[in-house]
Formats: sequence, C-alpha cells, structure tokens
Amino acid sequence: MKKLFFGFTAIFAALVLLFSSCNKGGSDKILIGEYGSLTGTEATFGISSTNGLKLAVEEINKTGGLLNKQIELITYDDQGKPSEAGTVVEKLINKDRVVAVIGEVASSRSKAGAPKCQLYKIPMISPASTNPEVTLIGDYIFRVCFIDPFQATVLSKFALNTLKVKRVAILKDIKNAYSTGLSDFFEKEFKATGGEIIEVQSYSNGDKDFKAQLTAIRSKNPEAVFIPGYYTDVGLIAIQAREIGITQPLFGGDGWESEKLTEGKAKDALEGCYFSTHVSTENPDPGIQNFIKKYKEKFNMMPDAMSFLSYDAGMILFDAIKRAGSTEAQKIRDELAKTKDFAGVTGKITINDQRNAIKPAVILEIKGGQFKYKETVAP
Amino acid sequence: MTEFVQQIFNGLSLGSIYALIALGYTMIYGILRFINFAHGDVFMIGAFSGYYLGILFSFSSGSITATLPLAILIMIGAMAVCGLLGFTIEKLAYKPLRKSPKLTILITAIGVSLFLEYTGQLVFGADPKSFPSLLENKPVVNLAGAVIGSNPLVVLITAGILMYVLRLVVMKTKIGTAMRAVSFNPTAASLMGININSVISFTFIIGSSLAGAAGILYGLNYPSIDPLMGILPGLKAFVAAVLGGIGNIPGAAIGGMIIGLLETFVTGYISPTYRDAIAFGILILILLFKPTGLLGKKEIEKV
Repeated sequence: MKKLFFGFTAIFAALVLLFSSCNKGGSDKILIGEYGSLTGTEATFGISSTNGLKLAVEEINKTGGLLNKQIELITYDDQGKPSEAGTVVEKLINKDRVVAVIGEVASSRSKAGAPKCQLYKIPMISPASTNPEVTLIGDYIFRVCFIDPFQATVLSKFALNTLKVKRVAILKDIKNAYSTGLSDFFEKEFKATGGEIIEVQSYSNGDKDFKAQLTAIRSKNPEAVFIPGYYTDVGLIAIQAREIGITQPLFGGDGWESEKLTEGKAKDALEGCYFSTHVSTENPDPGIQNFIKKYKEKFNMMPDAMSFLSYDAGMILFDAIKRAGSTEAQKIRDELAKTKDFAGVTGKITINDQRNAIKPAVILEIKGGQFKYKETVAP
Repeated sequence: MTEFVQQIFNGLSLGSIYALIALGYTMIYGILRFINFAHGDVFMIGAFSGYYLGILFSFSSGSITATLPLAILIMIGAMAVCGLLGFTIEKLAYKPLRKSPKLTILITAIGVSLFLEYTGQLVFGADPKSFPSLLENKPVVNLAGAVIGSNPLVVLITAGILMYVLRLVVMKTKIGTAMRAVSFNPTAASLMGININSVISFTFIIGSSLAGAAGILYGLNYPSIDPLMGILPGLKAFVAAVLGGIGNIPGAAIGGMIIGLLETFVTGYISPTYRDAIAFGILILILLFKPTGLLGKKEIEKV
C-alpha cells in the first residue's frame, strides 16, 4: 500500500513538473527555438550556428528586444541524427511553444525537422542547408543561403576555368541528401560545360576506411577529385588519398567549412585544396570584420560560415517579427517571404518566391591549415 | 594490376585490425562459452587511451611526430589500460553471474557495452577526436605502381607479431596450457588443480589488451576516433571470429583477414552500399556449408 502511495505521488509530481514547464516563458518573452548538431560527427556545425544565433539574440535584446519583449532562445542538440532532429523540433513546437524555429545546417536534418514545422505551421529558417528540396517541403520553410544547383555551377566553373581540369572523379556520401544532391548537380553541369566525370565512388557518413574507393579512383588517374561531403569525413579521406598516392587537388562544397577540417594530419593532406562557401573571414568588409571581432570576444574562437549564416537567419527573423508587429506564425511567415535587400552580415539578402536566398559564393583555398580567399562568384 | 595489389594491401591492413579484435572474442568464448559484446568498446577505450597518452607525452595531434620507442610505449600503455579494464569488467559484471543462465550474462555484456559507449560520450565528448600521429607515414613500398604507406605496414607487422606472441603464450607456457585445458573441459581442469578464476582473468586481460592494441593501430590508420567507434568494428570482428570458427585462435586471425579483404573488394569493385550486405551474405553462405566456421571443430554433445 505504501509503495502504491509513493508511486502515485511520484506520478503526480512528474505531471506537475510537466505542466509547469509548458507554461514557461509566459507573455513577457518571445521564444525562439533552434536545433543543431552540438555533438556528433558534425559538432562544429551546431556549435558555430548556435553561437552566431546567440550573438544575434544578445544584440536584439540589448536594443530593447522586439515588440517590447525580450527574446529567449531555446537550443536543442540533435546529435547530428535526422531522427533526433525530428524529435527535438516536435518538442520545440509542442512543449516549448516557440514562435519560430531556426535550423539546421545539414540538409538531411533540415529535411527531418522541416515537415514538423510545416505541419504545425511554424516558420523555420535554415541557416545553411543548401539542398533545394529543403524549402520545397512547404511555404513555412525558408533559408538564408544559396542552393546546391548554384553551388555546383560555381564549382564546375572553378574546376574548368581556374583549376583547368577536365577529368574529374567524384567521391560522395551516399546517405547524405546534401552530398548526393551537390554531386548530381555538379556532374550535370560539369558534363554540360565540357568536363568529363571519369569515376563516381561513394561512402557512408561515419566510415573510416576509404582506401578501397580511393584506390579505384586513383586507377582512373583523374586530374582532380570532387568530394561533396562533410568535414569529418573529408579530413580522413584526404589523409588516405595522400597515403595511397593521389597527389591531385581535392575540392568540395560548404560542408568542408570547419576549423576542424585541417586538424592533425589532414592539415598537410589538404594543402592546396579548395572549397566553395558562403563567406570569407578575410573579406575586409566592415560588417564582416566587426562580426568576427564581436564573435571572438564572446566565444574566444573564430567564426565560420555557419556562424555568419545563423546570425543572419536570426536577424531576418527578428526583422520579420518587427514588421509583422506580432508573434503570430502566419504573419511572421508572410513577412519573412517579403524580405528584400536585407542588409545581412553575409551580404544583401532577398528571399525569392521559392523561399531561398539569392547570394554570391566564394571559393577558399587551404594553405597551411588556413582558409585563404580565392575568388567570388556572383549568381 | 596496380589497383588490385593496392586493394589487397588495403584489405589486409584493415583485416589485421579485425583479426586482433576477433582474437579477444574467440579466446573469451573458448574459455567461458559466451560472447563478450563489450569487447568492441574495450577497443574504443584502447584508442582513447592512446589519444590521452599522446597528449600526456605532449605532442598534440599532428604537430610533432613521435618516435618509434614512444609509439611502442603508448601502445603498451593502452594495452595495460585495456587489460585492466577487461579484468575489472570480468570481476564486477561477469563473475557474479557465472552460475546464471547464459542469456543473463549475454544481456549483461550488452549492458556493459552500452555503459562504456555512453560513459565515453560523457567523459570524452561525442565529437570525433583527431588521433595523434604517433608515427610519420611515409610511402615505403612501390609495388607495381601501388603505393604502400609505412603506417599500414606497421599495422600489419605489429598485428602479426602480437598474434605470434599470443600463439607462443597459448601453446608453450604453463598458463597457456591451463587455458586450453579450461577451454576443453572446465570441470576436469579444476579437478586437476587449475585455478579457473585466474585463468579466466588472464584470458580477459590478454584478450582486452589485444583489443587495446587494435585501438591504437586503428587510430594510426584512421586518425579520427569517437566513443561509438567500437560498435561496427566490434560487430565485424565478432563475425570474423564466427567465420573462422569461434573458440579457435588461428581461425579468428584468418576470419579477420577474410572480412577485411571482402569488404575492401566489394567496396572497390562493386559498391560501398552493398559492402556489408555482400560481406555478410558470403559469411552466411560459408556458415551454411560449414556451420562450425572455417577452422572450427565439431563439438560432440555428451548426453
């Protein structure tokens, strides 16, 4: 009997906790949700983007917040797993009752979170998911970065005109929407403009041994290898490529962007390799340099493209809330869709009718473990 | 031809790591007739011991390359850590259950495995770490155009030496004889005055320290380690042990090599998507025709 009593008390206590947590926030705050890979194989994506967003929230709160309310950011870790991304977005919407969601960097995880946002009609802005399908999920899904068909065009032009290579091999991550998408667009564009794809090999994110694929690539003797993957895998791939004697340049997309890319032995392996991304920290633009200064002061590390983009994602959202004069999801969405020539830190941002941002891309070269600015390609 | 030679070498160096892990599975099975599912995670702890020992010897990842004696020292350190871990796991988790049904101890092993994985995530952090470059990787052999790095070669040679030493221990020493006796018939062995507990502890120490060595070699070849890195290699090494005939030491070594080669060839010539499917499919085929594994002996159940 006593046991039963304790059992009921425990359940009751749990219920009280559950309900009281539902009410948090109240009416004096605007809750913004964020999901990202704070841990897992792409941990720097999540950490950089949440830091960028924190900076945006801090700035807006310093100037008095929005609609006379302070912004509160709730960030959940999805551990880099799409299934987890879906769960935490559900939690943000139904438990925390956020007015809008920011995330994710990775396209596969955005594709898991976006359907939830669309279902409950909560606006979502992805800072850096470049796969075109992400915003096709519905009219509540936005992004503040370019999309992969454009990135593929940029890379294809770069390979043909700057690297002057015609025979390229591809090594893509078969489990990753971003990687397969970027690979397909690149292949199409490269072939259409006079290049030749001589070998396509694949791997799965998290693999450690790439020597079999790289050996197959080496035997075809390509002039360059295109690796549209994420930084953790790219580092290992580069090390093993050099080990088995591939000396040609490797290049990839914005998934390479992380200071962890050139950690350890990867530093030498990636010397003289290139990737396309959203912004260069070497850009003398005062907006960018000012952001770097603030970011370094607060977090004691260098920002990367993900930090810039999620800062912009936050700022665009705040701007939309301000213009809407309300935290009603429908109104925020409508104002987001009208965003035009917003002066973001990554440049002027206009959201087009597919809810994508139209922006230039930059190519960076890896020199001594540093990302050096190479060229800018306008849309 | 170049590609073929290179692929064989890739496969052997991957396979020798599987083989080292598989040895632990097979030895423990030989003595206790149970699969220690936490073995793959002991392998992970081995890699992390190497990582932290590397930092302790103050060369951070990539900056300075260690010398050979230091690399050997780190490997011995990691083996000691893992040996101790294996000893503790057996004493705390498995020994109290020795008289329980086999299923209980099997589930406990899965529990220990999850415990190590998630404690690892808590203590080491979930993001992958860059393993220190213990040895500089130089292209050494240029066989028919195939470039073979020194590190994969080191992996192959070290694994070979360790397996040879293990064979000496099992075949030539007193404790080795005791191990074989316990494996053959534990009751009779204890009647002959063999201390079963110490033999079991010894087996766990040896098996786990081999997994620790495999962890270092793995880090040397694939310098990105994380707390969940032991799951897949552990599973594949288990398959290798079954393929070679579980309980049979040379069988585990051969099984590991076969799995490594199969994986490499399927990835290189067919498709990495089917890598595990084809490798495991072949395993099923072998076991269909030879259920005891390649070198396994048929056990006669006495009624």
